[in-house]
Amino acid sequence: MREDFEISIGSNLMRVLVIEDDRETAQFLQKSLKENGHTADLAGDGEAGLGLAIEGNYDVLIVDRMLPRLDGLSVIKTLRSEGNRTPVLILSALGEVDDRVKGLRAGGDDYLTKPYAYSELLARVEALGRRSVPEEQQTKYVVGDLVLDRLSHRVTRGGEHILLQPREYRLLEYLMQHAGQVVTRTMLLEHVWDYHFDPQTNVIDVHVSRLRSKIDKNFEKPLLHTVRGAGYTIRDGPV
Amino acid sequence: MTALFDRIAKAASTTAFRWSAAAVASYLLAAAFLIGFLFSKTNDILTEQTLAGLRAEARFLLGEAAAGGAESLRARVAALSRPDGPGLYFLSDAASGKLAGNLNRVPPELAGNPDGGIFAYQPQRTTNGRPRLAVAFPMSLPGGQSLLIGRDIDDQRAYAETVWRTFLLGFGALSLLGLLGGLTVSRLILNRMDTITATSRSIMSGDLSRRIPIDGTGGELDALAHNLNDMLDRIEGLMSGLKEVSDNIAHDLKTPLNRLRNSAEAALRESRGADGYREGLERTIEKADELIKTFNALLLIARLEAGALEESLETFDLGALVEDVSDLYAPAAEEAGFNLSIEARPGVRVRANKQLMGQAVANLIDNAIKYSAASGVGNAITVKSGALGDGAFISVADRGPGISACDRARALKRFVRLEESRTKPGTGLGLSLVAAVARLHHGEVRLEDNDPGLRVVLVLPRRCMIASVSEGDGRRLEVAAS
Repeated sequence: MREDFEISIGSNLMRVLVIEDDRETAQFLQKSLKENGHTADLAGDGEAGLGLAIEGNYDVLIVDRMLPRLDGLSVIKTLRSEGNRTPVLILSALGEVDDRVKGLRAGGDDYLTKPYAYSELLARVEALGRRSVPEEQQTKYVVGDLVLDRLSHRVTRGGEHILLQPREYRLLEYLMQHAGQVVTRTMLLEHVWDYHFDPQTNVIDVHVSRLRSKIDKNFEKPLLHTVRGAGYTIRDGPV
Repeated sequence: MTALFDRIAKAASTTAFRWSAAAVASYLLAAAFLIGFLFSKTNDILTEQTLAGLRAEARFLLGEAAAGGAESLRARVAALSRPDGPGLYFLSDAASGKLAGNLNRVPPELAGNPDGGIFAYQPQRTTNGRPRLAVAFPMSLPGGQSLLIGRDIDDQRAYAETVWRTFLLGFGALSLLGLLGGLTVSRLILNRMDTITATSRSIMSGDLSRRIPIDGTGGELDALAHNLNDMLDRIEGLMSGLKEVSDNIAHDLKTPLNRLRNSAEAALRESRGADGYREGLERTIEKADELIKTFNALLLIARLEAGALEESLETFDLGALVEDVSDLYAPAAEEAGFNLSIEARPGVRVRANKQLMGQAVANLIDNAIKYSAASGVGNAITVKSGALGDGAFISVADRGPGISACDRARALKRFVRLEESRTKPGTGLGLSLVAAVARLHHGEVRLEDNDPGLRVVLVLPRRCMIASVSEGDGRRLEVAAS
């Protein structure tokens, strides 16, 4: 049983700093993030961005790679060398082969190539924002009556044991780790399969629907939902 | 006349001429030094030999004087003194008065020189002839007398002079010949160079079909012309390839751009209220995403063609990767009615870009699903990987309609898409990307007949290999990584 949701309004509202030299893009991001209940400050070049990032207390930084005065990677390197661990999402027009590796090596936490879908960016920002909240290594994820035990690798729903393939288990683990948040297909491909390429077709959908048939099929209340135009989310009850 | 002078001046200013002139000059310098040294040494030796003969004669005459007295010596000297003989004598008393001999005085050059030396004298018979050269040796005798004995060395010197003059003549002739040779060679090279320059100018002005003429002598200039022509062939090939590529890119991007525009226009035209607009906008975004995918694929291929991805190479098990990617696609393949079977041999470790290899496998499986669907012949897709010769391979075989033999070579050319693929969903650049990934790893893609169906084989060369487990006994074969 599927239900479509609009893009979620995140439960934890975040302060985001957008360091982007293209004004139109920056204002679009600011407006969109605001619509999703977050607040966003803008910086038009690397130096201003670095200053704001050091002074302000942000949950997530969105950093464009090519910036005037100080390029994005240098901003991140400087921040990291000063001990600032704010999660950074790198935006780049550069391709994905070596640039991604370079971006993450410089201290970025996630990498998104332009052009991107806003829903993709929002999902990633929310996933990163969650990370900044110090969260103890949980041994158990619980969503409603669905329980995933990370020590015994056992999944139960309403006390009933559900047998999952290893890949299905990892898929569910990632979804439950981000319970309540939207997780995009690309995020699943990157984190569950560790692939950073375009799979051509929506191969992820079939995996998710198989997982759904195992955890939701025989139960009245669905937990794994499709978010239209964005991805998936696992949560207890609609919105 | 001035034209000829100009040509000579031009030839003289060439590098070839300067080098040949320098070679001639250094050769002549060395020869002059050698000959000069030999000349002066020969003269010294001959003079020394003459002096040694004189000393022996002097000892003999002194012995004569000791045995027979002064008179006997005078008689002997008088006897030896022939007017035009090579021997020269002057015997004088204590007051320097001449006692005997064919010289009339001690030559001024030798006055006060007890070791003797070279002097000039006037032969008695030819009083108006030029003076001749001689070498002489003075000695004092008991009783205040003194004797000068000498030898004429003029003939000897004349011979040496002749040799010297001959050498100078040769020197001059050689210099002239060397310079003329240098000029000729420069002129010849200059002519060829002028041809090459003229050709390259007309190529620069746009005529890429021009080639440098080859005179068929097979010399190094011909070899150079050959190489330049080969280079021009390659450039011309690349240029026409580039044109083909830009035509294809234009088609690949303009078609989806047009579709995007169409869907936006359609949404505007059909006023169906908020829902209608919403649907139209969603369709537009869908088209934009398609366009982005195509653009990304084109960009990625272009980047791979540019080569060099040293930074992102990793070592991994090829079989594991193939199995992994196949597992990702298996449910989707099943859903589409295919039976995806995997035969990946573990233990083949390669050094390559893992993401790109994964993408290649994904594209091949995706193509197999797309193009062999509803063919009716069969629905089996077989993915294999393992060692092949020195290298490794990945193959994806389907039971679809395949690609006809004549279209196979074309299908692999960069950016080329078979007409059929343009109507299918997706970018249709999958195979081009696989070929680009193979080229980047110095491997190749082969399209084979699966009888029926298509089998695409991606071959990785030996340089990508880290280790391979040999067939059968499972023994580990270490392969040197280059």
